[in-house]
Amino acid sequence: MSSAAVTTASASPATSTGKSVHARLGAAFSGRLVIIIPYVWLLFFFLIPFVIVFKISLSQTAIAIPPYTPALDISGGFSGFLAQLKQLNLDNYTWLTQDALYFNAYVTSVIIAAISTVLTLLVGYPIAYGMARAPATIRPTLLMLVILPFWTSFLIRVYAWIGILKPEGLLNQLLLATGVIHQPLIILNTYTAIFIGIVYSYLPFMVLPLYSALEKMDYSLIEAAKDLGCPPTSAFWKITFPLSLPGVIAGCLLVFIPAVGEFVIPDLLGGSQTLMIGKTLWNEFFGNRDWPLSSAVAVILLLLLIVPIMLFQRAQARAQEMDR
Amino acid sequence: MIRKALWLSATSVFLTLFTVGGHAEDRVLNVFNWSDYIDSSIIDDFTKETGIKVVYDTFDSNEILETKLLAGGSGYDVVVPSGNFLARQIQAGVFQKLDKSKLPNISNMWDTVSERTAKYDPGNEYSVNYMWGTVGIGYNIKKVQAALGTDKIDSWDVFFNPDSLAKLKDCGVYVLDSPADIIPAALKYLGLDPNSTSSDDIAKAEEALLKVRPYIRKFHSSEYINALANGDICLAVGWSGDVFQARNRAVEAKQGVEIGYSVPKEGAQMWFDQMAIPADAPHVAEALEFINYMMKPEVIAKSSNYVLYANGNKASQQFVDKALLDDPSVYPDAETIKKLYTVSPYDPKTQRVITRTWTKIVTGQ
Repeated sequence: MSSAAVTTASASPATSTGKSVHARLGAAFSGRLVIIIPYVWLLFFFLIPFVIVFKISLSQTAIAIPPYTPALDISGGFSGFLAQLKQLNLDNYTWLTQDALYFNAYVTSVIIAAISTVLTLLVGYPIAYGMARAPATIRPTLLMLVILPFWTSFLIRVYAWIGILKPEGLLNQLLLATGVIHQPLIILNTYTAIFIGIVYSYLPFMVLPLYSALEKMDYSLIEAAKDLGCPPTSAFWKITFPLSLPGVIAGCLLVFIPAVGEFVIPDLLGGSQTLMIGKTLWNEFFGNRDWPLSSAVAVILLLLLIVPIMLFQRAQARAQEMDR
Repeated sequence: MIRKALWLSATSVFLTLFTVGGHAEDRVLNVFNWSDYIDSSIIDDFTKETGIKVVYDTFDSNEILETKLLAGGSGYDVVVPSGNFLARQIQAGVFQKLDKSKLPNISNMWDTVSERTAKYDPGNEYSVNYMWGTVGIGYNIKKVQAALGTDKIDSWDVFFNPDSLAKLKDCGVYVLDSPADIIPAALKYLGLDPNSTSSDDIAKAEEALLKVRPYIRKFHSSEYINALANGDICLAVGWSGDVFQARNRAVEAKQGVEIGYSVPKEGAQMWFDQMAIPADAPHVAEALEFINYMMKPEVIAKSSNYVLYANGNKASQQFVDKALLDDPSVYPDAETIKKLYTVSPYDPKTQRVITRTWTKIVTGQ
């Protein structure tokens, strides 16, 4: 969005040389407006909600509406507001360090998300590569096929996996009928089922950035490598993979970040012993009705995710520089 | 994009003002009830009789309802929380007292039920019972017969005795992911007070549950309906109404799956879904009219006949289908009813201990 703003801003002086100062000012203003919009968006839909959650995380629970104190009521004037601010404290964060439960839940979530991301990359890369090398005429169709599952509700697609993976489900029936196995496999309610669910659900987020990176690649480089006697595997690792790296990073982050906080897939496909942070947060919020503590859990989760998000932004910036 | 969003929200604000201001004479009522929990013809009849237009909205968990109520300004006029949630919500000031002079049909209510709901709502000042049921054992009759050699389940022993549950492990056991329903059952089985909040007793319940934990496939509060109906599991500790729903789905599917439900003889927990009016309800008069209408014997009987739950209305029993009224898993006999217990809501500190104990039982951490 910002790059579009830069092009309009830089193009306007060239075309408007003969026009009035007025028009030029107008163009400059609209250029700035385009830049402001994402910031306004971030302010309203990221920063303000975050500040609210952070404030609740410093409060204490209460049996009231809303279920925490102080509720920051501004009717008491400035001094009343200050008095309320003094009641805020970091107790909830201290609590998180006192029970190993929360630490374990964060670690389990990160490990499950990391393994799922690697698996998604392994499955997604060949798909994206195949799409990028397919004849240009059928590429839009392939792209469509990757996006198509989004037309069905995510929840229903995850539910469908229960029908496939359960002991008397489609997969086991098929394997039993073909004589591959003689005892039904127990896949549902295990970690394997969670990995299958995440890889399946997030595959498009991996394939699309990989495809866009691979499609831009100049394949004469591979031909040149071949001419110079480079075997295909080392040509892949020396040329194709490094050039697709921005796509790999973008894809991995787009899968990893939502997978850490995933709640639906482990709830439906995983076993009860799976302790992920999404479920822990659910227990605090709905089970204990402790909005402040669950807000603290959410704030820590956000901090945990900001590191990969910043890495993602740097990778994006580098990719844009490479394009120029 | 953002301009469009602003425009849309401006339009909706305008429309809201317009509907509030312009149609004041149209009587409206916003009801928030559990999904699949009413014969929709009752709503149509109510509108025909009173001219009040009903906006009927549904939820599928007490937690969702509670979160909306605690956030405030839900806009609903009648909501239907379960007993222990209701009690806490009354404390939080979510509801308003019912004007009993507007509820003449309250004389139809069943004292056996009202006495017990008073535990959650002292004096029944804030709520009126809609339906009630029990926490018991739902099971696949054929599979249990094959595994245990009997299809007669009448005791918690089948679940809490590790030897018996081990035999059912392979065909699948599901348990409600709800400590407030399962921990009291464990206490009852151990001969302790199901309402106990002493940490010793809770530790004993934990021990009893950990002994059978290896044989439980999953803790989940809704998945067992499908799992039972499809014949994927053979036993579930769950809410009576959900098990009946599974039984009906199994009958409709005609796959030969037969589901039974048992109220254990040691005693089972009763649950109550109560109609109440939020303190900030915009249409209180209409809400009272609706609650009074729902207490008409033939109306609530029609609802029971449709959803297959027992209701708390004594006068309605002459209109309830005979098969339903004679089904001891829906309307237990007087002897069994005496053994049913209720559980008071936990204070926040006990709640935390219970939740933590539960996490340990379920995840092993």
